Amino acid sequence: MDSITIIAVASIVIAGITTGFGTMGPALAEGRAVATALTSLAQQPDASSTITRTLFVGLAMIESTAIYCFVVSMILIFANPFWNHIIAGK
Amino acid sequence: MRLSPDQLIFLRYGLLKLNATIVFTWGLMFVLVVGSILITRKLSTELKRSRWQNLLEMVVTGIEKQIEGVGLPHPEKYLGFLGTLFLFLATASVCTIIPGYEPPTGSLSTTVALALCVFIAVPFFGIADQGIGGYLKSYVEPTVIMLPFNIISEISRTLALAVRLFGNMMSGAMIIAILLTITPFVFPIVMTALGLLTGTVQAYIFSILAAVYIAAATRVRMPKAEAAAAP
Repeated sequence: MDSITIIAVASIVIAGITTGFGTMGPALAEGRAVATALTSLAQQPDASSTITRTLFVGLAMIESTAIYCFVVSMILIFANPFWNHIIAGK
Repeated sequence: MRLSPDQLIFLRYGLLKLNATIVFTWGLMFVLVVGSILITRKLSTELKRSRWQNLLEMVVTGIEKQIEGVGLPHPEKYLGFLGTLFLFLATASVCTIIPGYEPPTGSLSTTVALALCVFIAVPFFGIADQGIGGYLKSYVEPTVIMLPFNIISEISRTLALAVRLFGNMMSGAMIIAILLTITPFVFPIVMTALGLLTGTVQAYIFSILAAVYIAAATRVRMPKAEAAAAP
């Protein structure tokens, strides 16, 4: 296999695996966060605005790791520097 | 496949490029500024006021309450910065309804610029509130060993702000674009609605995180003796 094929295969496979694994962890974590938030909302409904706001901030922090994986996948597929280098070399 | 509105160029003059990101940002600025000027031309303080004035008052009071909820005691000092952030990002995301429009926050340049504004604003408000000595002392807060970690955390949370907003807006636009080529009728509308929701939530999160960072930089630190003496 020449280097173009290796780069293409590696980029495609890793892009798929990155998004696949990268969304599992944050999804589990967000599920636990929302479950705990719902429990505390049921116990203390008058603090609901604080709980909701803190929940959203926490969800955003957890979500950002999934976004990092997504951005890496997008870079591998659409803005792959090795691909562009090899294509420019040919 | 176009990754961001940066690549749609309208005019080019030597090194300067007028791309879609800049044009849409100018459009948003025009709408927000001219709309506000028109609404606040005749403000009334009686009970009877126009509905647009009512709308602006609801928005401003809501943002003030949120800033107070985060823990900043005088929200009017920070209302200009944080309110502008939230309004710009929310308008940028909601205007996706207009056909032919792409949110300028779907380009890394806009989000990095906004994150840099927050990066500069946090020490600005910190120094304005606590003085230079007090603010710089907060970097060695628990012990001196934490100094590099505090600096790294400042830089990384700015980067996280930029990438989070960019990732959410770009993924929304890209999913709609891809779906338009596959199932052009009903499904893209559902995804546009989802994009609207996530755009608004991300605008809220961006501003609330900026408020939390500013609150962390300006909160009054009790000296240890007082903290130990209070029962």
